Amino acid sequence: MENLIALLVAAPLLGAAVLLCGGRRLDRAGHWIGTLLAAASFVVGVVLFSAMLGYEAEARTMRQHLFSWIPVEGFQADIAFQLDQLSMTFVLLITGVGTLIHIYSIGYMEHDERRRRFFGYLNLFLAAMLLLVIADNYLLLYVGWEGVGLASYLLIGFWQHKPSAATAAKKAFLVNRVGDMGLSVAIMLMFTTFGTFAFGPVLSATGETSEGKLTAIGLMLLLAACGKSAQVPLQSWLGDAMEGPTPVSALIHAATMVTAGVYLIVRSGAIFDAAPDAQLAVVVVGAVTLLFGAIVGCAKDDIKKALAGSTMSQIGYMILAAGLGPIGYVFAIMHLVTHGFFKAGLFLGAGSVMHGMNDEVDMRKYGGLRKYMPVTFVTFGLGYLAIIGFPGLSGFFSKDKIIEAAFAKGGTEGWILGSVALLGAGITAFYMTRVMLMTFFGEKRWQPDAEGREPHPHESPKSMTIPMIVLAFGSVFAGGFFAIGDRFTHWLEPVTRYDHGHAPVSAATVTGATMVVLLAGAALAWAMYGRRPIPVVAPRGSLLTRAARRDLLQDDFNHVVLVRGGEHLTRSLVYVDHSLVDGVVNGTAASFGGLSGRLRKLQNGYARTYAVSMFGGTAVLIAATLLMRAV
Amino acid sequence: MSFPLLTATAALPAIGAIATAAVPAARRTAAKWLALLFSLATLVLAGLVFVRFEPGGDRYQLTESHAWIAEFGVRYELGVDGIGVALLALTALLIPFVILAGWHDADPLETKSSRWRPTQGFFALILMVEAMVILSFEATDVFLFYILFEAMLIPMYFLIGGFGDRAHSGSDENAAAQRSYAAVKFLLYNLAGGLIMLAAVIGLYVVAGSFSLAEIAEARANGSLEMATGTERWLFLGFFFAFAIKAPLWPLHTWLPNAMGEATAPVAVLITAIVDKVGTFAMLRFCLQLFPEASKWATPVIIVLALISIVYGALLAVGQRDIKRLIAYASISHFGFIVLGIFAMTSQGQSGATLYMVNHGISTAALMLVAGFLITRRGSRLIADYGGVQKVAPVLAGTFLIGGLATLSLPGLAPFVSEFLVLVGTFSVYPAAGVIATSGIVLAALYVLVLYQRTMTGPVKAEVRGMPDLRVRELAVALPLIAVLIGLGVYPKPLTEVVNPAVKHTMQDVQKQDPQPEVEAAK
Amino acid sequence: MNPVNYLYLAALLFTIGASGVLVRRNAIVVFMCVELMLNACNLALVTFSRMHGNLDGQIVAFFTMVVAAAEVVVGLAIIVSLFRSRHSASVDDASLMKL
Repeated sequence: MENLIALLVAAPLLGAAVLLCGGRRLDRAGHWIGTLLAAASFVVGVVLFSAMLGYEAEARTMRQHLFSWIPVEGFQADIAFQLDQLSMTFVLLITGVGTLIHIYSIGYMEHDERRRRFFGYLNLFLAAMLLLVIADNYLLLYVGWEGVGLASYLLIGFWQHKPSAATAAKKAFLVNRVGDMGLSVAIMLMFTTFGTFAFGPVLSATGETSEGKLTAIGLMLLLAACGKSAQVPLQSWLGDAMEGPTPVSALIHAATMVTAGVYLIVRSGAIFDAAPDAQLAVVVVGAVTLLFGAIVGCAKDDIKKALAGSTMSQIGYMILAAGLGPIGYVFAIMHLVTHGFFKAGLFLGAGSVMHGMNDEVDMRKYGGLRKYMPVTFVTFGLGYLAIIGFPGLSGFFSKDKIIEAAFAKGGTEGWILGSVALLGAGITAFYMTRVMLMTFFGEKRWQPDAEGREPHPHESPKSMTIPMIVLAFGSVFAGGFFAIGDRFTHWLEPVTRYDHGHAPVSAATVTGATMVVLLAGAALAWAMYGRRPIPVVAPRGSLLTRAARRDLLQDDFNHVVLVRGGEHLTRSLVYVDHSLVDGVVNGTAASFGGLSGRLRKLQNGYARTYAVSMFGGTAVLIAATLLMRAV
Repeated sequence: MSFPLLTATAALPAIGAIATAAVPAARRTAAKWLALLFSLATLVLAGLVFVRFEPGGDRYQLTESHAWIAEFGVRYELGVDGIGVALLALTALLIPFVILAGWHDADPLETKSSRWRPTQGFFALILMVEAMVILSFEATDVFLFYILFEAMLIPMYFLIGGFGDRAHSGSDENAAAQRSYAAVKFLLYNLAGGLIMLAAVIGLYVVAGSFSLAEIAEARANGSLEMATGTERWLFLGFFFAFAIKAPLWPLHTWLPNAMGEATAPVAVLITAIVDKVGTFAMLRFCLQLFPEASKWATPVIIVLALISIVYGALLAVGQRDIKRLIAYASISHFGFIVLGIFAMTSQGQSGATLYMVNHGISTAALMLVAGFLITRRGSRLIADYGGVQKVAPVLAGTFLIGGLATLSLPGLAPFVSEFLVLVGTFSVYPAAGVIATSGIVLAALYVLVLYQRTMTGPVKAEVRGMPDLRVRELAVALPLIAVLIGLGVYPKPLTEVVNPAVKHTMQDVQKQDPQPEVEAAK
Repeated sequence: MNPVNYLYLAALLFTIGASGVLVRRNAIVVFMCVELMLNACNLALVTFSRMHGNLDGQIVAFFTMVVAAAEVVVGLAIIVSLFRSRHSASVDDASLMKL
């Protein structure tokens, strides 16, 4: 059974290879090959899952060793896989949601001439993401880590003819690389500390080294997680990444890849548990991003960017939970899974809306779409209720638990974190209600586009609506299924450990407070966007709104400091290289040239001068001879 | 006496060079095929060397030794260790692709004179360089190595100066002037280094009384040859200076962008992927082995220079407007990594550096040769003259991207393995240097992606419209290189197996041991 | 007569020839001055032969004559062709040696 693990990666990898190298003759069948192989990977995942359920809870980890990858004196890296409950959860999420999004893309990308290539990239992404979660050491994880970065780069820039898409893709890759630097340094630190970077030996030996080392490793891992999961201060790429086709936003930039940072932190839990300072940094990052993303999400008029802000904020929740230690690990992953369902569903819904609206993304030009797209409306609505944490739906169970866990952290810290999480829930309700109202309710506000085409909103084809319906089911029931009887906690406990903590307030109080905040947020949104008509042109807005529209000025900071500064630096270095470094070289050459130029003047071409020098030379020689003799 | 396999590996391309040069002017195509055939035969012989070499055996294998200039004790001594084998294989592997990529680069523009044979000359010179480089990887006699080190400049000079890139923004005279400037700069720079090395070689002979690497190293090891500290340092500097120019290390690098910019793409590959490797190879083989103490003495300075090379090269690559110069500066950054790995003096660093030499050769070849195909199509080297190529020539763009991704050391491709080994090897002894070098991976991503974005994406430029995609010959160049990059990225074991024992020997030469991991050391 | 006087004469002739070579521009005159220098040498050689009482100097003098004769042939030919191409016999006109 263990030998099947490699198949998880191999199937989509084969798909990517075939689709990308196959050439045009595969154009007609390409999307089916891609979808089939994604589904195959899902089937393998389910088979492995059922096998895993057959084992004892403590002995569920499956391993497969393929071959020795980099054998160098004192440095051993293997291609080896480890599939435990944590990895299994991810495998099912990735392959499951991945397959649905493959199916959705068949319809969504129908008119794109490069559809085959799109599926090739999607398969490549699946392979890399699966590798990331089933690797048994940090270096192999790093391969998957950068692999998903590459797939994300290719897919964000899929419509390369648009300069904005190409720029967004480059930005995503670069910001991720900054994070990758962290991962790279973390692995090097592990190597010098433990002599290995396989999960097992490293995580079991954390007690044998100093806290300082572990804090350093933890902070570097956090940097990596910030890059991949779009956390402050490396969050700026996620909004731009919405330039990619919507299925990509759903799969990569909402459901799976961006959650890799959470996986990394939960996986490295033993390191963080032994390094409280690093853990504190994690919760701070999580809490800050939670608010940052939510605020940005409130101000965006672009439906996908509003959802991107929301993604950032929800991942902030997960990071926050992961930073709480054993109290939170389980809930971080649980929220990750439920978020995978409802956020993928919301994005697919947004894609469906765009599909019917000539790819218009500005919510101010939607309005009243519930009549035209009933299926989209219902599935999107269920996703909406799930994300704001409406009682009984998925988000309610997972988010509520995180807020509880934040309070349970204890002390002032617990109160601060809990309040931030609570406030975040209110803002979530606000911006999601805003999206809902602007898109599906109110008057229709659409106008002919630049080429004079009037949008004709219509429901999307079956291949698109079916995945949305499936995901809506998940959004509604997954949370309850996980939470009842603490199923999910028991499932993950052997890997992540679980600790109740000591909540200063009862669970019911937290839930009540959450409900109040939630209703307040939703009511405020209704007051602002439901009762009044929405102007087609965005009003100027308050200072905060304007800043939030520009991602709270972080991009401007990047632009001024990094881009402009970098340009000046490289330009001056080019000048220095040319005039100073090369100048010394050319100067040496020139001084030799000058010297020989002087000497050349002696050779004036007149036979007489040569004769003079001959005579002079002879005279000197004779004189010297005579002198020598005289001495 | 056994069959002199090493001599044969070097002699075959030399014979090929003569044979190619002798082909009559009218039979240009025959000359090309002949050169390709000889390079492929050399590849077969190199493969044989690779197979015959036993990783667990003696340090130098397949040795040959003959008296040459008896008066000075100069011998014709050959032998390969794992590092030599790896680089020999790289050279033999790349030359067929260089020839294939340069298939039309030396076609005469006008056929006025029937005695004018540029094509024959071009391919003969390439084979000549191959012969000399291969022999220099095999030479275990310091004098023999020196002669080859210098002699390979001559064919390179003619290749750079005689066969320039036809894509030039200026007029013909302007192009010729810049080309000859680049060629002369290349020659003078390297000659200057070579002459200083000659002085050091003579000094070494005076001190040691022998040119044989094995003899000197053994005498050094068992203490029968004492060298005064000052003498050793001066001799080390003499050798290192020459190698640092060839490598090239900051601030001795300025000849490389000129030479690579003005030469045709295959010749640029020849410079950076093959000839320059002799410099880094010689650091590993001669500097560390002959002057272990002085090498350790100079390490801090060299590490700093290597770090400057990494960051400086990458930053300058970002600022370039010319595709080929950009790749040249990227190479300077990569050579910084190689030198860093060598002088970190850890097993991982040196294994990594050796792998890096091989992988950098292949990845630069992939990127540069595809860039060459692109440049030939449009007739311009300026990045700004391109845009949207991806739309009209997707295969070209795809191979270019993979070459670029290899250059930025994407995991899964070969350069990642070596770069990570170098970083780990450096980090375990000099953490700060390791972290600074790691910043190179961000800068590498920057220059590669900026290059890709500006040339391949965006709206299709009018001049680019109608650009044909890769042809069969060009695919035959790009695809095998990419296959090798992926293969060595996933399964580098055949290479590491060969390299590891050699690195162990070098580590013994410098009497260094890898630092123990903290947890194990505590046990 | 004291043979040393012949040496003085030879030195005088040589000096006259040398200064002629340096000062004069007409190729023919320069040429004749060179001949004068050669003959001064011959005179000195013969004198030395007489002073030392062996024939070595005389033998070398004969060599010099032969060389001088050959030189005349080549030199005059050069001068004639120079005059034909430049319509002048001035040595300064033949200054193409400089770059």
